[in-house]
Amino acid sequence: MSATVKMNSLQAVNKALHQAMAADDKVVVFGEDVADNEGGGVTGATKGLSTAFGTDRVRSTPISEQAIIGAAIGAALAGYKAVPEIMLMNFTTVAMDMIHNHAAKLRFMSGGQTSVPITIRTLTGAGWQTAGQHADHLEGWFAHSAGIKVVCPSNPADYAGLLLASIQDPDPVLFVESAGSLFIPGEVPEIITPIPLGKANIVTEGSDVTIVAWSAQTVRCQAALQALAEAGISAELIDLRTISPWDRDTVLASVEKTGRCIVAHEAVRSFGPGAEIAATIAEELFGKLKAPVRRLGGPECAVPFAKALEDAFIVQPADVVATAKALMA
Amino acid sequence: MAPMTNAPQPDSEALVDIYRRMLRIERNDDAIRSTIRKGRLQMPYYSARGQEVIPAAISHFLRDDDKICTIYRGIQDMVAKGMPLKPLWAEIAGRVDGTCKGKGGPMHLTHPETGVMVTTGVVGSSMPIANGLGWAAQLDKSDRVVIAYFGDGAANIGAFHESLNLAALWDLPVVFVCPNNGYAEHTSFANSTRAETLAVRAAGYGMPGYRVDGNDPDAMYAAAHQAISRARAGEGPTLLECITFRFMGHVFGDDMSYMAEGELARHLERDPLVKLRQRLIDEGISTEEELESMKAEIDAEVAEARDYGLASPTPSVDELRRDVFAEEMPA
Repeated sequence: MSATVKMNSLQAVNKALHQAMAADDKVVVFGEDVADNEGGGVTGATKGLSTAFGTDRVRSTPISEQAIIGAAIGAALAGYKAVPEIMLMNFTTVAMDMIHNHAAKLRFMSGGQTSVPITIRTLTGAGWQTAGQHADHLEGWFAHSAGIKVVCPSNPADYAGLLLASIQDPDPVLFVESAGSLFIPGEVPEIITPIPLGKANIVTEGSDVTIVAWSAQTVRCQAALQALAEAGISAELIDLRTISPWDRDTVLASVEKTGRCIVAHEAVRSFGPGAEIAATIAEELFGKLKAPVRRLGGPECAVPFAKALEDAFIVQPADVVATAKALMA
Repeated sequence: MAPMTNAPQPDSEALVDIYRRMLRIERNDDAIRSTIRKGRLQMPYYSARGQEVIPAAISHFLRDDDKICTIYRGIQDMVAKGMPLKPLWAEIAGRVDGTCKGKGGPMHLTHPETGVMVTTGVVGSSMPIANGLGWAAQLDKSDRVVIAYFGDGAANIGAFHESLNLAALWDLPVVFVCPNNGYAEHTSFANSTRAETLAVRAAGYGMPGYRVDGNDPDAMYAAAHQAISRARAGEGPTLLECITFRFMGHVFGDDMSYMAEGELARHLERDPLVKLRQRLIDEGISTEEELESMKAEIDAEVAEARDYGLASPTPSVDELRRDVFAEEMPA
């Protein structure tokens, strides 16, 4: 194990971008406010990049999401590794044609003659009282598009390793940064190595119930572990890390062992990614389940502004504990 | 129509080159339509009959390493750029020897070898991607250029605005070529756009814009020369609004009942292909015999391509798992 440095996930993103740009001069970074002249990104994720690598490769853009993703696709078709930033996940909706109809499909529709190795970085999540147009977890939308990978890290080391893997990947990746995980510190390897996409991380092993989560929801599930242990429940927490493709093997092996599963996510519960995971478990492990698979997710409404409502919108550690207790009863 | 000073004129050789590209487009279009009528091709087809001068003049100035992004009514742009006809026919027939192994079809032909990078079925979407190809040329310090073809209907979609602004801002080597054929699907230009021209919009983005007669080889030659030279010199993008007319309506089988009475007939009388052919003869540039032999040669190429395409096998269903990602999907 190489030496590590303590930093939060935002700093880990910045470190991974520096490393990727230094290693490969085909990597280009662009988006609204990303160059140092404009502050190095609204959160500071791209700070220092334009100073280190020049404004040819690190460019601030107009507020034009279609043009940003279009430019990324075109540059990628000509051999570049484009890393565009869409400031917030809700703003990807403005560029859905470019993402869904073009980035995700050009390899298939061209019969493999062209490819679109872009990594779209975007930020989202409830908790900052930004309400319904700045906080949606839309990873399920993109996971439903064939041809694009969806990565949802939860801790600094994963942010760094998964971002590097995303940039190196030969296909388009949506890299989702989450508000509830961004400022929590952790250890990051001094020299980042890529973490393979599509591989889940077993955060803690257990025998009674499998809990599947990602992004900031992993953090909230970790916060539930002590209460679960005190209640005598042995929980196995799986951080999925990649939503598409998702690590079926790890999840199915775990649920086969525990016989119980909770899928928790911040996205609205109805038609959310939890439904796909729960359905797969039902198809593959029907006779081996000790209880129905439970899904925890946001209620069917927009992310609300008022703090009390926002807290109630989010799946809290106490919700995870209560659901696990009910499953064990 | 073109407000250009010192506009260069095509010499005899250039006129013959433009005519040859136009004829190849028209003979290929004719073969596609007759093959559909015979029931030997099942495909949505958006003929560009009548619009041939535009891609022929543009492509006259393009190199092999220049790129184009075009749209569902775009086969003329590919043929003009030099896409080989055999894989083109195999693709529109949905066969394994097609440019895209039959997975894209007539609205999505792609052929990077000849610079056909993207053909989109979404109105307006050629423009944002062309910008990225232009940015790559700039980063590569190459003088290659990119053509974004799109229709007059696409000028009213948001991608047009975002793309022209960014291209001008970054001085991208992109030429935005809009064949304005008078109709966005079935809606006339007058019923979709208050501005009298699309070219005037260029001023709002800080780039030159010209409205040219897209059926006049001299005007198109001058406009293409100026816009492509400017892009190649690193001076930035140009918007070309090229006035033309589509003889076959929106999609194959269109009854064109939405057109004013006599409108189509009026345009058919001024068929740009017939006019240029007559001019080549009148000016003593080509003889009847030369042009007939050119036609016979192209007809033979098209017939060979059609036979090749229709004889190619259909793709294996395994193709559903290939090219989704670089790594094949599990069975």
